[in-house]
Amino acid sequence: MSSIVDLTLVELINKIKKKEVSSKETTNAYIERCKKSKKLNSFITEDFDQALKKADAFDNNPNFEKKLPGIPIAVKDLFCTKDLRTTAGSKILNNFIPTYESTVTNNLWENGAILLGKLNCDEFAMGSSNETSFFGNVQNPIGENLVPGGSSGGSASALAAKLTPATIGTDTGGSIRQPASFTGTVGLKPTYGSCSRYGIVAFASSLDQAGPMTRDVKDCALMFEVMSSFDKKDSTSIDFERDNYLNKLKDTIKGKKIGIPKEYRVDGMSKEIDELWQKGIKIIKEAGADVVDISLPNTMYALPAYYIVAPAEASSNLARYDGVKYGFRSKGENLIDMYEKTRSEGFGDEVKRRILIGTYVLSSGYYDAYYLKAQKVRRLIKNDFDQAYKNVDAILTPSTPSSAFKIGEKTNDPVSMYLNDIFTVPINLAGLPAISIPAGIDAKGYPLGLQIIGKAFDEQNIFNIAYTMEKHINFKNEIKSWWM
Amino acid sequence: MAIDLKTVKHISKLARISIEEKKAKKLAGDLNSIFEFIEKLNQLDTDKVEPLTSIAETKLQLRHDKIKSENIREQILKNSPNENKDFFVVPKVVE
Repeated sequence: MSSIVDLTLVELINKIKKKEVSSKETTNAYIERCKKSKKLNSFITEDFDQALKKADAFDNNPNFEKKLPGIPIAVKDLFCTKDLRTTAGSKILNNFIPTYESTVTNNLWENGAILLGKLNCDEFAMGSSNETSFFGNVQNPIGENLVPGGSSGGSASALAAKLTPATIGTDTGGSIRQPASFTGTVGLKPTYGSCSRYGIVAFASSLDQAGPMTRDVKDCALMFEVMSSFDKKDSTSIDFERDNYLNKLKDTIKGKKIGIPKEYRVDGMSKEIDELWQKGIKIIKEAGADVVDISLPNTMYALPAYYIVAPAEASSNLARYDGVKYGFRSKGENLIDMYEKTRSEGFGDEVKRRILIGTYVLSSGYYDAYYLKAQKVRRLIKNDFDQAYKNVDAILTPSTPSSAFKIGEKTNDPVSMYLNDIFTVPINLAGLPAISIPAGIDAKGYPLGLQIIGKAFDEQNIFNIAYTMEKHINFKNEIKSWWM
Repeated sequence: MAIDLKTVKHISKLARISIEEKKAKKLAGDLNSIFEFIEKLNQLDTDKVEPLTSIAETKLQLRHDKIKSENIREQILKNSPNENKDFFVVPKVVE
């Protein structure tokens, strides 16, 4: 019999429902493994004692009707958790205890899940390698001294290392899909407006979206079902009929039209990534789908536009951190001096860099040249997708231009770090859903992902395509527990 | 366009982030390489394009203007870096 931590989320739920394992046994198994896995540094805050109490409470009065009955889950430390420290990976929120719960985490607990702890991430979700976190680098369980990707790096690391049966992250430009790709796991960035942003530490509000990270597509469909809800507390939450994504999951894609955008074959793309993409195309053809060549002509402008829009929104969102009402405060000679020192010492280099970019592009005289321009480009990128979706049902691309890289390899060159998100950023700009699934390994044995992009609110369709491909690919994440 | 040291100092003032002289030089370099990358957008003619301001493009929901008090004043003040039972404390602003 495989041990508790080896089960997928759906398998685990079935065992709990059949009373073959209890919530307490499950929670204990995960806590044991977490305690032996400190070297990964995937947690910022553990909540093990409370988790065990909640598991006990569940076992004493179990409700097996819940979708996540007594399941322990660790979440990215960007979600506010009532009465439990929430840091966003930043020194400036080092001691912040929220007085409220984010809607998405609340949905998890309402459905029976139990909080296991808060997972490491890039500071304010700004990064692609988890190296900007105030709480240190996170190790990728795939191999020592490899980055897990970012910004949801702690989430990806904990998931791949089996420290949580499933987890949640946030994705502003690729922060779920890129780490999922780097760790051989599944990650979904849902349609903008499907998961509430209430209680999530804000980075770039018009792009931020929470989503699930899981071991397989079935788990992903279930987690999305639980997370997604219409929420009046988020003015951009969209009121549409949420579905039973797991029950409706199908492994047939016969007759579906899948687009292959030529602009994603970027200069200098490695042979391995191209081969992986071709393999994916072959699989969907064999499964009976039609492959259609498409063009998304403005793709190359997505990343530059993103590096105006996201920092601009961040500079505005992060203006609230002034050391007055909560968080870190530095001593100053007067109020202004206190603000300036607090923000200088409280924020890390990447966050400061992005606040300054944002401040610059929004400053007097530059607004039209940068921010307005970027919003116009954003329209062009969205139009590209609208046009493509007249002829296809979904789009297949690689998730990332490379596999996981070494810690420290890209920290001195911001632009080369930003290029990690070249395939994921356009999707955030257009507000679309996209899933990354593990599809193979490179010469070094590191996982590589493929991305399936859907129409807005068409998550069911991309789950079905992902599920069909998953069965054909039959990817096994070979992780030796080297850190234990 | 190049971002010089003076510009870095100006925007850091606007952003209320103090930057040491040494770091400002490195920052100017970083920002220049980022803006060089961003300037690619100038190749695109966007004169007739409507800016996309919100992807959701839904109407804002209205709600009743009602106060919801949860009586959490104490917990909120506890988060303040300068602990005080009744107020948020800041350096003196009035002479």
